[in-house]
Amino acid sequence: MSVTTTAAGFTQESFERFVAQRNEPGWLRELRREAWQKFESLPMPSQRDEEWMRTDIRTLRLQKFGFSSDGSPSAGAAPDGLLTHGVELGGQTIAIDSRPHTARLNEKWAAKGVLFGSLDELAASHGEVVKKHLFRAFTPGYDRFAALHAAAWSGGTLLYVPRGVTVDEPFHMLSALSSGGVDMGHTLVILEDGAEATLLAETTSLVEGGAGLHVGGIELLVGPRARLRYVNFQNWSAGVWHFAHQKALVDSDASLQWTIAALGAKLAKVNQHVALTGPGATAQVNGVMFTEGKQHLAYNTLQHHEASQCRSDLLYKAALQDDSRTVWRGMIRVDEGAQKTDGYQRNDNLMLSEHSRSDSIPGLEILADDVRCTHGSTTGRVDDEQLFYARCRGLTRKEAVRMVVTGFFQQVFDRITIESVREALGLAIARRIREYE
Amino acid sequence: MSETLKIKDLHVSTTDGKEILRGVNLEIKQGEVHALMGPNGSGKSTLGYAIMGHPGYEVTQGSITLDGKDVLAMEPNERARAGIFLAFQRPMAIPGVKMADFLRHAATNVRRPDRKEGEELIPMREFRKELNQKMEQLRMDKEFARRYVNDGFSGGEMKRAEILQLAMLRPKFAILDETDSGLDVDAVRLASQSIADIGGKDMGILIITHHEHLLEHNRPDFTHVILGGRIVETGGPELALELHKQGYDRIRAAYPEAAAADAALKENEPAGAH
Repeated sequence: MSVTTTAAGFTQESFERFVAQRNEPGWLRELRREAWQKFESLPMPSQRDEEWMRTDIRTLRLQKFGFSSDGSPSAGAAPDGLLTHGVELGGQTIAIDSRPHTARLNEKWAAKGVLFGSLDELAASHGEVVKKHLFRAFTPGYDRFAALHAAAWSGGTLLYVPRGVTVDEPFHMLSALSSGGVDMGHTLVILEDGAEATLLAETTSLVEGGAGLHVGGIELLVGPRARLRYVNFQNWSAGVWHFAHQKALVDSDASLQWTIAALGAKLAKVNQHVALTGPGATAQVNGVMFTEGKQHLAYNTLQHHEASQCRSDLLYKAALQDDSRTVWRGMIRVDEGAQKTDGYQRNDNLMLSEHSRSDSIPGLEILADDVRCTHGSTTGRVDDEQLFYARCRGLTRKEAVRMVVTGFFQQVFDRITIESVREALGLAIARRIREYE
Repeated sequence: MSETLKIKDLHVSTTDGKEILRGVNLEIKQGEVHALMGPNGSGKSTLGYAIMGHPGYEVTQGSITLDGKDVLAMEPNERARAGIFLAFQRPMAIPGVKMADFLRHAATNVRRPDRKEGEELIPMREFRKELNQKMEQLRMDKEFARRYVNDGFSGGEMKRAEILQLAMLRPKFAILDETDSGLDVDAVRLASQSIADIGGKDMGILIITHHEHLLEHNRPDFTHVILGGRIVETGGPELALELHKQGYDRIRAAYPEAAAADAALKENEPAGAH
């Protein structure tokens, strides 16, 4: 395995070296420089900030990591993806520690003007597309991690589907971390007017238990009448720090189905933001979390209704074992002009151990007067009577727990319309369920 | 060869120390039908739970054996695999798990007691065929198999689901805890007929009931009366009829010590306890 960390820490000097190595166009260098200034001036988030109140990152040592890549390819062996079993792919990108490893695109989609591959490489060959769209749904000044990402992103994936093109084969992107590696991948998805596509993204570790840092960004730009299904399966080892800003812009009459599955990471702090920017846009957001050990996964979700007659529907479900913890802060924001909004958010948590904990904080900010917005949240334990009932039918305690957990997730699995994803998640979760007495 | 479920001097307390069964003796052979009757709170359901190994009950004295094997040493799932079945008075819902998937798992484990976790289940096609057949016999809608286990079921649907499980798991010994409660007269008749069809010479049945309807097609070889945590009287089918018609006054008068224990049990009883 190649060692990819070129410098220790995120310093002015290492930033300069990083930029110098990359040979990028001036506009991109300028973006990086602006972001670097923000990174230098912004404070590290702390538990005094409301968004970070429940998330403690005092043990994070950023200087143990560094700028991830000069953009040169990675030669290591690629790990297997879990989401693509039995699926005919339209294209695939693989990156290791933010270095491009594989990029292929089915010829028939390339012929229709589809772009799919490493964002590093496509920024060089198709600069005009990247320049037009990059950071439309990303705010480098949001916090220190957003600024770091905007300054230091590398690798990543671009999917561009031109107007009216329907791609019926899913695309797959896989991003892996080596032990001690850094993933600064940026995902940029652009669907023009009326286009349709599915992107299955997964992140994983090459080494079980290996440490790592991910400071990521995702932008999903769904044009008018376009339809995007996007799956993000986070399956890192329990040593990885995961910070991400993820945002979708969904234009008029467009639809987005966004599924987040999170099983890995030591600590995750993710901002997932869906903005419904044109009338009639719809978004369905699905979250599947399974945590164990001392994992801490925190999600801040925002369903922002900027236009009228939009619908958003969020369902996050988490099952927690051991001493793990999840935090969900969900907001539905309805702007003044966004009449006829239909907004829903729900978060269910299933505690598998006495020591796990989940915080569920729904919120509504409504400035329009003709809307329907509802939310709900439940937290429960696996019921001993349920387990006894199943055991009386011949199931072992572990099989019974597994069945109850599978049942708990069924409601969200029913919403995920991609079979290979449902199966992969079901299997990955079942494998993690331990015996409890 | 016919096997025997033998309960000897069984004493059972709740985990907080309240003694509910105070020396129950009962022997059931395969092929026999036993009725267990008694007033509310006399320990009927507790006996069912103790036989299955409910973690909320502790056996403090006595034994349960199945053909000589120590049932008390087994986990609830091992008891099920050994051929003991309890139809719950209040079955639990398992949201998100389809009846068919639950039963396929259960049937595989019960029929192959040595199966290890993760080993193959009964082939889907074979299982579906059998399940459909059984549901047809029980006059159940096929849709039933696709519904989540007891989730949103009416009282009657739950009881019919328990009978379906009984039919699929074909235990050596079945304890039916008020499988007739919550059913209307026609439904009880259908349940009664179904149980008779499922039973036979290979199944020993213990029917816990307040009514005689369930016994219509399942004429008990023995009727036991439980009072104050002890079986105080055993008779034939005529005893069931008598209790149904005349209640427990005669029994209470004949066994004052048990009646006093019964009354004591009911004091301080938390709401909804069995």
